[in-house]
Amino acid sequence: MENQNSYIAPVLEVRNVSKDFSGIYALKNIDLEIFPGEVTAIIGENGAGKSTLMKIISGVYTEYEGDVLLNGEKVNFKNPKEASEHGVIIIHQELNLIPYLSITENLFLGNELLNRMGLLDSPKMAKKAKELLSRLHLDINPDTTLNQLRVGQQQLVEIAKALLLESRVLIMDEPTSAISDQEVRILFQIINDLKAKGVAIVYISHKLNEVFEIAGRFTVLRDGAKIGAGNVRETSHDQLIQMMVGRNLADSFRKVHNLHQKEVLRIENLCFRNPGNKNDYLVNDVSFSLKQGEVLGICGLMGAGRTEILEAIFGLYPAYVSGKIFIDGVEKQIRKVTDAIEAGIALVPEDRKLQGLILNMDVTRNTSLASLDKISKFNFILKKKEEELSLRFIRKLNTQVSSPKMEVQKLSGGNQQKVVIAKWLATNPKILLLDEPTRGIDVGAKAEIYKVIIELAENGMGIIVVSSELPEILAVSDNILVLSESKLTAKLSRTEATEEIIMKAALCAKE
Amino acid sequence: MEAQQLKQKLVKFQSVIALLIMCIALSFLSDRFLTADNSWNVMRQISVNMIISVGMTLVILTGGIDLSVGSILALSGAITAFLLKSGGEFISWNLYIGFTLLGALVGGTLTGTFLGWFNGLTITRFKVPPFVATLAMLTIARGLTMLLTGGFPITGFSGQMAFIGTGWFLEIPMPVWISAVVVLAAVILTNKTQLGRHIYAIGGNETAAELSGLKIKKIKLIVYSIAGALAAIGGIIVTSRLDSAQPNAGMGFELDSIAAVVIGGTSLSGGKGTILGTVQGTLIIGILNNGLVLLNVSPFWQQVIKGLVILLAVVIEKFNSKKN
Repeated sequence: MENQNSYIAPVLEVRNVSKDFSGIYALKNIDLEIFPGEVTAIIGENGAGKSTLMKIISGVYTEYEGDVLLNGEKVNFKNPKEASEHGVIIIHQELNLIPYLSITENLFLGNELLNRMGLLDSPKMAKKAKELLSRLHLDINPDTTLNQLRVGQQQLVEIAKALLLESRVLIMDEPTSAISDQEVRILFQIINDLKAKGVAIVYISHKLNEVFEIAGRFTVLRDGAKIGAGNVRETSHDQLIQMMVGRNLADSFRKVHNLHQKEVLRIENLCFRNPGNKNDYLVNDVSFSLKQGEVLGICGLMGAGRTEILEAIFGLYPAYVSGKIFIDGVEKQIRKVTDAIEAGIALVPEDRKLQGLILNMDVTRNTSLASLDKISKFNFILKKKEEELSLRFIRKLNTQVSSPKMEVQKLSGGNQQKVVIAKWLATNPKILLLDEPTRGIDVGAKAEIYKVIIELAENGMGIIVVSSELPEILAVSDNILVLSESKLTAKLSRTEATEEIIMKAALCAKE
Repeated sequence: MEAQQLKQKLVKFQSVIALLIMCIALSFLSDRFLTADNSWNVMRQISVNMIISVGMTLVILTGGIDLSVGSILALSGAITAFLLKSGGEFISWNLYIGFTLLGALVGGTLTGTFLGWFNGLTITRFKVPPFVATLAMLTIARGLTMLLTGGFPITGFSGQMAFIGTGWFLEIPMPVWISAVVVLAAVILTNKTQLGRHIYAIGGNETAAELSGLKIKKIKLIVYSIAGALAAIGGIIVTSRLDSAQPNAGMGFELDSIAAVVIGGTSLSGGKGTILGTVQGTLIIGILNNGLVLLNVSPFWQQVIKGLVILLAVVIEKFNSKKN
């Protein structure tokens, strides 16, 4: 932005790029220009398409519509390695490091330096690694294995790995998600160095403060489309937030109605210590209550502690959780899953394939898994009762199956989710915890799941929905809790909540 | 459509078909194969592997493995023999104090159950991977067997003891009866009971099973204990048949057993497989062994061929599951 020249050619151009995953567009007609010596911020909510776009640029996804141009020439990288050979390097959000190798070995992984004999040139690599670490102000022995480092330090090593390569375009995907303020300072210093050297930097973040500090230009993505772009100096926090979220509100499914006064769940001073770090809390002193028939939405950014609240209530980490849980006004000790089920709590977890389903089992057996006691006699499962149970929920939730004997791995995402919900409804819960109930399922199935949620609430179940999609939270919730950095930052009723207010509360770290 | 259905049936019954082809081929190649004598002989020989493999199937269904069955078999057999032999005669009182046959059998079986339970304990409580935990037990139990026997066989039991391994009941050898009962019980366990369902669920997706409130540790403890108990029963049969407890008994049995389970179509990653598949796997290995002996194939080639059959079975299985 300091450049006074009339025109600088962009080093990287994205022209009219679209990408679909089995019919659903993740990106639609995106244009983007990246200039040398400048930081371009890509901003957007979870699922807006930021990471998809970066994966296209860096050669992770090779099939897409539209063109990517490097220095004015069309390129189509076959893999990230080829992209990095052309100077397009990505620092991934998730760490791609080998825990049992040393820092040096990780830094040179795949690009090892060899001596004349064709063997590893360890002294040279050690020397270079040392230089690099001191540039990053990382005062660690390069022979340390990765698993001995804190996550923040690991992230810096990941960044160092990228610095080792000659980059023309450096993409940083949420580089500060796990590092301390001090380390952010170091990172920004390095970014400024790189800028001075003429490297083009793409900076992905939803921390707007950082964007205003480091970036020259910005591009906002929403639902896979480009919403706006411009100079950071000419915009404001509020404008960016509006661009990030300002869509037509999804049809509101829920009419405002009077809630029952009877409380089914009360949480007092819930804390969840980070198992990896004693001084850190994943959930920090959260209290709230849930009434019969209420749908309570919990939102916040990635890592704000949404999922952890549900896990804490469900008794998954008793050793790290403190606080009081009252069910129907009576304090309960929930220290394992069976305690939770007995107390009438059900958890539909975030990842249905990893946590929810036995993929190679059929619909019936998945449905009955958590409530076998109810349909068994002397440990023998009563086949007839089991089939009835499964059929009842297939009808109730309108699950599309050719037969209850169908393996769940052959179902669509929406129907799989319905099977997980069925499994938990079969336990006859008073309180239903739903973690990202519609992640990765199509629009039609989403609407059906919303309908189910509302119907259950109207029949008196207390429901907590955790979601990273604000329209979803607004569509189904009576009340909304907003978390930021493991603390509760706002309690809103559905009449006062808007996406803007929620986003502000989610972005504010400290009140 | 019909062709496809036929194909699916063929895939489903591939082990049975392989078994039939083997039997037909062998009956042409050797006139001794199809005699009643030889048939009962084969059945009796494979019954021990059958019993062990039922336990192995349960363990593998949970996503685990049990390498210690051969050693547990030896130690349990030796304990049974030791108990039968240990008694004191008090001539002045005209009294003999010792274990009855039943007492010795219970003692042997409990030994195996305990060792299996111990496997389960190290796996669930101390998070030792099943491969390592049972590998350690393989050595420990073998060592204990050597200590108990001093490296020499324990021999000479009553006729009643010999009946278990060599006797006939209703024209059918006793070991075949025992293995049939074990198979039947396991079929019921896996198909009809909560425990059976839980075993499949744990192997299919342990995280989901745990989040559904299943008691993973308890179930695994039970499964490894069953595997130990069944190895002990195998040990009793072997001891009875040879009329001696050999310190080297059961050497390498874990491999035959795993082979039978795998040939029977059970997935080593857990959650998928059946007891009846394992029965077929055991039959295939047993008949193959018998056929190769009848055809005078050199023992060296026998091993090569057995290995190739295992590979072939798994490759076919993978090929079929990919297509579906």
